[in-house]
Amino acid sequence: MSRLLPVLSVVGAIVVLWYGATIWLNAQWTRDQAARAGVEVSFSEVVAQSFNQDRPVLPAPHQVAVELYQSTVGEELFGRRGIVQSGSLSNRSLIYHGWVTISATLLGFAMGTLAGILLAVGIVHNRAMDMSVRPWAIASQTIPILAIAPMIIVVLNSIGLSGLIPKAIISAYLSFFPVVVGMVKGQRSPDAMQLDQLRTYSASQLQTFWKLRLPASMPYLFASLKVGVAASLVGAIVGELPTGAVAGLGARLLSGSYYGQTVQIWAALFVAAIVAATLVGIIGVIERRTLRAMGMAH
Amino acid sequence: MTNAPVIQAKGLGLTFQTGDGPVHALKDVSLSVAKGEFVSFIGPSGCGKTTFLRCVAALEEPTEGSLTVNGMTPDAARRVRAYGYVFQAAGLYPWRTIAGNVKLPLEIMGFSRQEQQDRVQKVLELVDLASFGKKFPWQLSGGMQQRASIARALAFDADILLMDEPFGALDEIVRDHLNEELLKLWAATGNTTLFVTHSIPEAVYLSTRIVVMSPRPGRIADVIDSPLPKDRPLDIRDSREFIEIAHRVREGLRAGHSDA
Repeated sequence: MSRLLPVLSVVGAIVVLWYGATIWLNAQWTRDQAARAGVEVSFSEVVAQSFNQDRPVLPAPHQVAVELYQSTVGEELFGRRGIVQSGSLSNRSLIYHGWVTISATLLGFAMGTLAGILLAVGIVHNRAMDMSVRPWAIASQTIPILAIAPMIIVVLNSIGLSGLIPKAIISAYLSFFPVVVGMVKGQRSPDAMQLDQLRTYSASQLQTFWKLRLPASMPYLFASLKVGVAASLVGAIVGELPTGAVAGLGARLLSGSYYGQTVQIWAALFVAAIVAATLVGIIGVIERRTLRAMGMAH
Repeated sequence: MTNAPVIQAKGLGLTFQTGDGPVHALKDVSLSVAKGEFVSFIGPSGCGKTTFLRCVAALEEPTEGSLTVNGMTPDAARRVRAYGYVFQAAGLYPWRTIAGNVKLPLEIMGFSRQEQQDRVQKVLELVDLASFGKKFPWQLSGGMQQRASIARALAFDADILLMDEPFGALDEIVRDHLNEELLKLWAATGNTTLFVTHSIPEAVYLSTRIVVMSPRPGRIADVIDSPLPKDRPLDIRDSREFIEIAHRVREGLRAGHSDA
């Protein structure tokens, strides 16, 4: 309860500011319309209309909320193409598009995490890999993903891969990097004394990895996974943009911007934000449970 | 076998090459330690006492002279588990329980599951931690953690115990208590013990022999045999013999310092 109040205050302040900005940004269009029609509009009319335009510069919060409801619950429960009446998710619903993006995100996140861990293990245990792979991993992140995403899609399409896999690869491309950084740091976190101690037991490199380096890197891994899963979502959405994809949150953003459907864009953005927060939250829960079971959180 | 020295160093030297030129961590150190002795190494920082211990443990490679442990090279001795090493910090893994930490060397050395359990139980009793096996390290005091790390070093029945300032980070009262415990442990196991310390009373109280070292280059300044009886209550530290030995150690340290 004590945490609820500050959170609600901040949300309240944002909503107030948002409504203010809605008037400020949308009023011009209302005035232009009135001038064209040769009528006078009072300030209260400007305000009222600013909140309810079809294609506002900035949609009001309640418009986004209504669109969110209609394109999720409304569409699926009551729509002709919704799951209740047609038996499958409607291609006009954000649940459907959200799921398309989430599935690419999760696949890409899994691939990125696996690749990141493997690379980090290689970097820590092999000097040649440390020297050769690390600069490339860093360089890979300096290339704008928007530039490389279409090329990945085109190249993969030419070898017959399309749909989920190319998006997942773009998503993995963004998410492997924080995992590499975190896992390298984590595996190197044991100090010289701990490593000397294992040497006094004549422990092999493999034993040192399983008994010391891997468990010691768990807190670092989870910190990286949180960054990585958010990056995965961005990657999946970006992967949907250049393909003229017909499904996914990226496709909704794109079609919204083609047709000036700002309300639709904002609703898709909100779904993306909710998905990201949920994924990061889930990893946080797994983190707490794992570290507590390991005796490392207390 | 009984008379053969457990540890024998002859003209041992170790020179580190650094950017500022060579550093003589050890120079011409000759020492032989018999089975069952408790030898303390005392001296200011940089005198090579820890380096000597690390050479015995094959964690450092001497550049001159010879060093044998149980008649073998230090490396070979390590492979046959000749010694247990206790570091300055307990270094327990936070994700393992106390029992799990003591079990670590046994897992690495490939003891059977049953034997691991038996040995863990045995050494935890030896250091008075039998009822703490299921606790995690953060639930124990610093002194108890260090006792657990001693148990870990004893778990695989090495007959040499190498201790590098194991009680350096603990307060005086805990240290006194652990010194007493350590003597009991030594009496019970009969381990040959090499003990590095900064503390004169600790060295005199524990040892059958005290090696006083001095820095630049790290070398032996004096070797003092202790006439104290094997059975030592804490108040032996007020006896005349104790004070005399402590005085001689202090003299040795001072002499080493003035010509450095």
